[in-house]
Parts: sequence; structure tokens; C-alpha cells
Amino acid sequence: MTESSPSIGTYVGIFVALILLTVATVGVAFVDLGVLNVVVALTIAVSKALLVALYFMHLRYSGSLNWLFAAAGVLWLVFLVGLTLSDVATRSWLQATGLSQF
Amino acid sequence: MRSSDAAVAHQFDDAVQQAEAARLGMWTFLLTEILFFGGLFTGYVVYRLSYPEAFAAGSHHLDVVLGGINTAVLIASSLTMAFAVYAAERLRRRGVMLFLTLTILLGSTFLGIKWVEYAHKFEENLVPGASFVSPEGASSHVELFFSFYFAMTGLHALHMIVGIGILAILLAAAFRRRDGKLNANAVEMTGLYWHFVDIVWIFLFPLLYLIGRHG
Repeated sequence: MTESSPSIGTYVGIFVALILLTVATVGVAFVDLGVLNVVVALTIAVSKALLVALYFMHLRYSGSLNWLFAAAGVLWLVFLVGLTLSDVATRSWLQATGLSQF
Repeated sequence: MRSSDAAVAHQFDDAVQQAEAARLGMWTFLLTEILFFGGLFTGYVVYRLSYPEAFAAGSHHLDVVLGGINTAVLIASSLTMAFAVYAAERLRRRGVMLFLTLTILLGSTFLGIKWVEYAHKFEENLVPGASFVSPEGASSHVELFFSFYFAMTGLHALHMIVGIGILAILLAAAFRRRDGKLNANAVEMTGLYWHFVDIVWIFLFPLLYLIGRHG
């Protein structure tokens, strides 16, 4: 299977976008958005990661099997963080019921 | 446009299948790496939620300027790596050598800046252990933040060192190949690894350096 490859221009464009997003994330960090600070920071980080994965790592130009592998990695990371947080972040609930003695 | 590799191993039908197998193999390895770093990220999330002020205090002692420069340096190294792969696909030996060299230089710059940052931490008594001194007004949990800082950036730096080593091997191989038969697949696989290490830093930078920077 032959795949197309991004052009030099595309690579440079992605690079510029990544630098701009980096400047943005630093800039936004110095503005008080309360809880949104973390949300914005992670959103920008995920966007940068997507740009690197899709274009630099050629995922956009790859077959579905490559996509499956990449998605699987993310999926298991979501399980790891998600299930851990479902335990840790809800421990105060148990203490409130008085059942934490068990 | 894809080049064929110099040799096709006997278990593959053709060069294209061999290249695809290598690509899937590298992605599988990167999956394990996602979970490898993922464990540290999970620990970080748990303890940042537990001690938000201590983590913010610790973060303020990191140099945003150096961290930001390092982020730009690493992104640039991903660009030069992509150019190296582009040149390898087209069997342009000189292009490959040039961009591999630039990638190595940028990666080394990153490590140099990290070295400077680590040295500062030693001077400021912010290295976890017997010599750790909690900064004024901060709780003892700041040491936990720095444990995560050193563990995560240290593991990342280790990956950078290995990556630079592999790039050097590729560079030497390209240098010796005057017949023009470059192993483009090897350059591409190394590129995947290098971009992944860049992605890890893309998350490390805001999570470590940019906590509670406002106000």
C-alpha cells in the first residue's frame, strides 16, 4: 500500500501552528481563568499532540490499522487515569456515609 | 512516493509489507510507552489533586522561559526529523545527513538546557532527599512535586538520550552508504519514536511549568 506524504509546506505550517499554540499556552497560563486554566492548557496540549501525530507521524496518511493501534494506546491511558480518579476523587463520599470504617 | 529498502527479509512478501510491519511494530512499542509515561502522569494527577497549593508552589520555582525555549527547540527538532524522513523516502543522502545532524543538535540543546535547569535545582536545594529545603511559605508536600518533576523529566531525558544515540547510528550509516541505498524505513521508525518523545514533552511542559501562574 502506498501512502501519500505531507509536503514540505505542510510540515512547516504544522511547525508554525505548534509554536503559536505553545505561545498561547504560556500566555493563557498567566491569565486567571480559575478552573478553566487546566482545561485550556490540556486542550492546547491535546491539539499539539494531535498535530504531531497526524502530520509528523503520518497518521493522517496511514491505513486504519495504524489508527487502531494509536487509538488503543489512548484508550488504555483513559482507562488508567479514569478508573484511578474514580477511586481517588470519590473517597470523601465514602467518609461522609460513615462506611469508610470497613 | 516510497523508496524500497535495501533488502527484504525472507518472511515478507515485499518491501512494502516489510515497511508496514515495521511501522505497526513501532506503533505497538509506542503504545507501551504511552502507558509507561502514563503511570507517572496518573501519579501526578492524583497528587496534584491532593496537594494543589504545594504543586503550584513547586511549579513557580521552575523556569518558564527555559521550559518554553526547550519546548520550541523540541518542536523544531520534530520538524527537522520530519525533513530527514522526507529526504530518506526520496533517497537523498545529503538531505538525510543534514537533517539528522540538525535533529541531533536540537535534541542536544534540549538536554543542555535541562542540565542547566537541574543544576539550578541543586543550588536551590530543591532536589528531593536529605538536602531538600522547602521554599518559604510552602508545605512539605512541595518535595513531592519535585519528585514528580525529576522522575518525569528524567525519564523523558533518558528517552531523548537513547533517541540521539539512534540518530547518531543512522547518521553514521547514511554517511557510509555512498551507493545511495538508504534504509528509509529505519529513518521513518526513528522519526515515529522521536515525535512520540516530543508529544510527551508537549504534555509535561504545561503540567509541570504552568501551574497556577496567574495572579
